Amino acid sequence: MLAYVARRVGISLVQLLLLAFLAFSLIHFVPGNPVSTMLGPRATPAEIKLISDSLGLNRPLPSQFWLFLEHLVTGHFGQSFTFSQSISSLIGQRLVPSLALIAYGTLVAMVIGVPLAILAALRIDRPVDHAIRIFTTVSFAMPTFWSGLVLAVVFALKLHWLPISGYGAGFWGIVRSLTLPAVALGLSLLAVIVRTLRSSIRHVLSLEYVEATRARGFTTWRIMAHHVMRNAVMPTVTVLAVNVGFLIGGTVVLEQVFQIPGLGTLLFLAVEQRDYPLVETLAVLAGSVVVFLNLATDLLQFVVDPRVRPGVHSA
Amino acid sequence: MTQLLRIEGLRISFAHRTGSTDVVRGLDLEVNQGETVGLVGESGSGKSLSCRSIIRLMPPHATMSATRVEFEGRDVLGLSRTELRAHRSRNVGMIFQDPFSCFDPTKRVGEQVAETLRVNVGLDRDAARERALALLASVDIDRPEQRFRAYPHELSGGMRQRVMIAIAISAGPKLLIADEPTTALDVTTQAQILALIEQLRRESEMAVLLVSHDFGVIAQACDRVAVMYGGHVVEAGPVDEVCAQPRHPYTRALLESIPSVESAGRRVRRAGIPGQPPNPAELGPGCPFAERCAHVRASCREVDMSLIRVTEGHLTACPVVADSLGAVATGVRP
Repeated sequence: MLAYVARRVGISLVQLLLLAFLAFSLIHFVPGNPVSTMLGPRATPAEIKLISDSLGLNRPLPSQFWLFLEHLVTGHFGQSFTFSQSISSLIGQRLVPSLALIAYGTLVAMVIGVPLAILAALRIDRPVDHAIRIFTTVSFAMPTFWSGLVLAVVFALKLHWLPISGYGAGFWGIVRSLTLPAVALGLSLLAVIVRTLRSSIRHVLSLEYVEATRARGFTTWRIMAHHVMRNAVMPTVTVLAVNVGFLIGGTVVLEQVFQIPGLGTLLFLAVEQRDYPLVETLAVLAGSVVVFLNLATDLLQFVVDPRVRPGVHSA
Repeated sequence: MTQLLRIEGLRISFAHRTGSTDVVRGLDLEVNQGETVGLVGESGSGKSLSCRSIIRLMPPHATMSATRVEFEGRDVLGLSRTELRAHRSRNVGMIFQDPFSCFDPTKRVGEQVAETLRVNVGLDRDAARERALALLASVDIDRPEQRFRAYPHELSGGMRQRVMIAIAISAGPKLLIADEPTTALDVTTQAQILALIEQLRRESEMAVLLVSHDFGVIAQACDRVAVMYGGHVVEAGPVDEVCAQPRHPYTRALLESIPSVESAGRRVRRAGIPGQPPNPAELGPGCPFAERCAHVRASCREVDMSLIRVTEGHLTACPVVADSLGAVATGVRP
């Protein structure tokens, strides 16, 4: 068990190292460079050399990469090129709104999606199932900026229930301001949850042990809650972990629409300005969330399913 | 003997795109209190589905109808959802062919026994645990405390079937349906499980409906037997009499195809039944065995498969055999 966890963590570290390398190479090979973006077209070669030297851009690439790794490992990410701030404080300010939005959106998706998936699986190929499929397909096909705008028009402009944009203060202020973008985000995640969960519930329902619980006269509620869901959630958790990780830095458009000072907006600015260290750090950060969530999902499997626990026997 | 279960004219059909296929085509069966009745037939003969009709446990797309399904004189077909749950939880216990796939893989087996006791008998948590341990002991599981904490995959097949039996009898049912209970087990374990079922039957005076494709198992365990073929009961009667004097060509062929101990080791070719079991979708009217029967006559394509009394309690659906014995078709059903 411990050996497995150690191996799994080791693999995650290698994944992160590869990710750092990819992020570094990609942004360095993208045309355009931070100095000319900063100084504009009229800069003299001497000025460009001066700034490049001061940012360490004239050092050989391997040594720049090494510096980047050093920054990552020490957790002191260095200085942003364009914002006159350290990267850690930049990210620190913007991490909370982004994480809050993603967590809230995921929660919305689960609160709506799980009951819908159960209902669809219990009424498979019946009208309810088809209606749910159509609803989730539409919500999945709608881009978040569009559903976000529609929600803003209806619930903020017309009904005045919620703020139209911005990021409120205090817990309830944050909740209120994030509700509309979170619903927009949740709607886009809904299809993933409903589709995977519906099909895994359907599979579990076809297993003989479910028939055996029916033969015992248990209620559908008891069968679903105590015997089906636990065996059906794992694929959905896995898919959800990948999708949610992907959302870090993937909520750029939504953050723009609702004027949320999050990581998505920051990433957008950083790429535009060719702010190498900022882009690299954000990429690795987003990647570590994906890697971490996947690691957590794999370990969660042992909690959920006793059969895959290596080397644990109680009988 | 008091009648416990009476099924008359049971039909089960599967709906599909182009219509529906009858898998059980008018089955009659009765079980008296405390007796062991065997239901024997090849796979696809409809025996598993038929026994599930007693608790209306139909797979998706299957529908059942019957002239009568009565349990202790109560109409099972007319039960409401709540009444049906009570019927399933208290009156009838069921065990299945594969004792592994019948457990929730993520819960300790003892918990699954205790859950049934809490839900179906209404015991509280501690009482359910106590009773579950006693039940595990009563199905001859040694070190029940330890087994209680095991997960299904940690137990052997025979052990799992014992736990399954413990769950099935936990609410003191009047009927135990055992659907191929020993098919997935090796021969030694098979005998032990059959002996356990027999012992529990005697102790608690419950009836047993034993479903099997194996005439050997049926002959060993049952008082009476009903032989199924192509969705019909083709012969029914006391098990000794049916084995000694089969009154339907199919039963005869089935009995002849069983390898005996005497022939073991010798290169004796058993008389198998020529041809294939019928595909329910292609069955026409008449006797479903006609295609494979050595004694087939033209009239066999028209028989209505009602059972004819040969002797008291021994019935056959074959008019040809009945005629040859001088029995008169009375249209009597068992």
